[in-house]
Amino acid sequence: MSQPSDGRGGPLRRLADFLDDRTGWRGLVHEALYERVPGGARWRYVWGSTLVFAFMTQVITGLFLWASYSASAQTAWESVWYIQHEMSGGWLLRGIHHFMAQAMVVLLALHLLQVVIDGAYKAPREVNFWLGLVLMMLVLGMALTGYLLPWDQKGYWATRVATNLAGIVPVIGPSLQKLVVGGPDYGHQTLTRFFALHAGFLPATLVLFLVVHLALFRKHGLHARQPITRPDGMFWPDQLLKDVVAMLAVMAVVLGVILVPAARTMLAGGEVDWGHAGAELGAPADPSQPYAAARPEWYFLFLFQFLKVFEGWGATGEFLGAILVPGLIMGVMFLMPILGNWKLGHRFNVAFTLGIMAGVAVLTGLALDEDYYSLWADKAKVAEAAKLFDETGGDEAKLLAAVGGDQAKAAAIAGQFHTVEKIRRSEAFLAAVKTARADAARAAELAGRPERIPPGGALELVRRDPLSQGPRLFAQHCASCHAHVDPAAPEAATILAKSSAANLHAFGTAAWMKGLLDPDQVAGPAYFGNTAHKDGDMVSFVQNDLQDADSWKPADIEAVIAAMAAEAGHGDPQAPAATVARGRELVASDERCGSCHRFRDNGTDLGTACDLTGWGGREWLVGIIADPTHERFYGDTNDRMPSFGKAAEGSVPRLTNEQIGLIADWLRGEW
Amino acid sequence: MLREPALLASEARDGEAQPAWSERRPGGPKRTSGDGAWAAPSPQLTFYFLPNSRPVTIPESAASSVTESIAMRIEPSDSRRGFLAKVAAVACGGIATLAPVAAGVWAFLDPLRRKGAAAAFLPVTDLAAIPDDGVPRQFAVIADRVDAWTGFPREPIGAVYLRRDKGSREVEALTATCPHAGCFIELEGTRCFRCPCHNSTFTLDGGIVQPSPSPRPMDALECRVGENGEVAVKWENFRTGIAAKEASI
Repeated sequence: MSQPSDGRGGPLRRLADFLDDRTGWRGLVHEALYERVPGGARWRYVWGSTLVFAFMTQVITGLFLWASYSASAQTAWESVWYIQHEMSGGWLLRGIHHFMAQAMVVLLALHLLQVVIDGAYKAPREVNFWLGLVLMMLVLGMALTGYLLPWDQKGYWATRVATNLAGIVPVIGPSLQKLVVGGPDYGHQTLTRFFALHAGFLPATLVLFLVVHLALFRKHGLHARQPITRPDGMFWPDQLLKDVVAMLAVMAVVLGVILVPAARTMLAGGEVDWGHAGAELGAPADPSQPYAAARPEWYFLFLFQFLKVFEGWGATGEFLGAILVPGLIMGVMFLMPILGNWKLGHRFNVAFTLGIMAGVAVLTGLALDEDYYSLWADKAKVAEAAKLFDETGGDEAKLLAAVGGDQAKAAAIAGQFHTVEKIRRSEAFLAAVKTARADAARAAELAGRPERIPPGGALELVRRDPLSQGPRLFAQHCASCHAHVDPAAPEAATILAKSSAANLHAFGTAAWMKGLLDPDQVAGPAYFGNTAHKDGDMVSFVQNDLQDADSWKPADIEAVIAAMAAEAGHGDPQAPAATVARGRELVASDERCGSCHRFRDNGTDLGTACDLTGWGGREWLVGIIADPTHERFYGDTNDRMPSFGKAAEGSVPRLTNEQIGLIADWLRGEW
Repeated sequence: MLREPALLASEARDGEAQPAWSERRPGGPKRTSGDGAWAAPSPQLTFYFLPNSRPVTIPESAASSVTESIAMRIEPSDSRRGFLAKVAAVACGGIATLAPVAAGVWAFLDPLRRKGAAAAFLPVTDLAAIPDDGVPRQFAVIADRVDAWTGFPREPIGAVYLRRDKGSREVEALTATCPHAGCFIELEGTRCFRCPCHNSTFTLDGGIVQPSPSPRPMDALECRVGENGEVAVKWENFRTGIAAKEASI
């Protein structure tokens, strides 16, 4: 009932009267605010409102993110990096959007639970319950599509899995997958489509459904918790106060998740890097790199774990786990209002919902337990089993032999192998997470350099980075023979024992050269010990000639070490120039090293030993990796090292020049 | 004013004055006379349970029991508590909404703190490439450019016209950007410059040809010629549409 506009009152009042006369806004506000709350306001009714609030937050933050986001395979990660690391407040904006999305999933579960427990799905509210389920799927759809948009490793691999699962839907699966992905492969079109879904189709549909959901909610009124014992209340301000307090609490939790780690760093006296506050941004998506840390977002972990139940069933298992069973569960939920008419229907619905939630909780717990098991596993208890597992590779016959034929002990140990394997898998996962974090931090660091990201995108930057690519290439191509371990490290002995070529850690430095010229080490596993050169001329020279103190004074050896380190570019800048010059003289001299080795212009023929000119430098390393059989290096005496840069006519070499350069730069510590 | 039904209901119980939420009607919803007097033997009461809700009309004799039950059903809210609740609700709602809005606006305003590259001399060409016939020639200005997250190494970032007179080592440089609205000025044969957007015309040395939409002559750029004939131009952008030549921020 509007107050009559009698032309009196202040200008604001008169403006309000004028607008009310034309629009009837007071009536609308009345209708919105004066809703009866049977039995009075209650905390249990807040969930719907908090969901609306969370959605509004997503719309607001999403629009602002949209103002800076660019959906393409070369700009998605880059623009998100820019938002996160460069734009003022970008980390906060992205953090709120990221964590509010997760809060929304929790709120959805609470809202659903409250509606089912209170029986609010029953007649006449069936349609509204169905609308709610549709809304739930839309929200989950937005969560799924949003996860890909930063185009980082995490989102990329999770989305590959999700879209591949869509591909196993019978009949339409492959076409459906192609439509969602935007073609046969993941790229620009995947991003533009996911973005259109995430920021356009899904939210627009959601708003439509939400309007009807709210309209029907008002039509039927609030479904009060029975029995009603207290007097009725009003939506405004009684229930609304509870609602906004809950909204504030939700926002406080979201802000807390973003700000508490930063606050702790501050309290500890550290400096906060705001670019790393809030939502994580992984390394740029790279289809050529394995990503063992791939996991869906935590609220989809249960599905991930559920799929493992059907391990070994092949595509049938995936169809059952990812489509049929979740589909049946959704089907039962849609039938709840009808099931509710049956005498025990409501109890069944409550039990079913609680059962599903418990199942989800258990599966999520199992998934987390598998991934993080090594953090809480009692490793001391299975230490012996772990050792035997490494020695026998889990083979029962070997195990029996290892325990001296003790059947009972072998059985007991074998019983622990499962735990050992679980620890190992968990350790591998945690290591992968650590690598992923390091890669992400490195990518962000590279992007932050003044020259910025090349037009080809951040992946180009990462692929050109010796620090992140060097170890990978080394592990893939070199580590089957060469070790790369600090000799002082505790695990060095084990690693060196397994290696069959020189330890390349700190190659080119004075320390490395010193070890080479040490008679105790030269034939050891860190140098020639495990190679065909074990009994070669160099070993014999170090162990015999070099020990003759008359011809090789300690100062001479020191000079040679200094000269060689300088040759590799790892020279000690403090070393006296005279020492280095003396060293070079000794290396070049045809009575010393020069009798076998070419060094600069000493005239020694190539072919007997490595050319020491520029030894350990980039060009030298690239040369030896590309072709150790070249006369500059080992020539005919090359042991087993492949020529990585050479290929037979018509085929492709194992490594490109760029990759060889990356290994060389990484070995030299240049990045 | 928004009025609470709860308050209205409690007012109703006083029964003294005619309360605002009800109307006494003479047996039907229509007034019988214009002066507001009611004349009928069996009066009825119309209730507006909620502002704007459909009115409910009952015989006056039943009124007391109805108001009684309304008063029972709706929690009588103490007006001060109600006021505090409203203030608290508005405050909490405001704070909760402020966070996303503030974060968004904060990030949205980020471009304001970004500055364009400082004016710097950039090598453009060498003297031999500029014929000494007094006719301007167009050259691209090449520089490293950073566009938000992307760095473009050595890319054309703009164009300049260079000209020199017979035998001179002095080079005049004019930016190709029109001072009127920022279009790209073209050289019309060897006679004059013309902007294709609004036909601003300039002489070959950049002077304005009146009448012109352009508020000022073409913008000259500082130009240096090195010993070996390398020509460098101090690349700058200027604000358009104003008479003064001011560096754009």
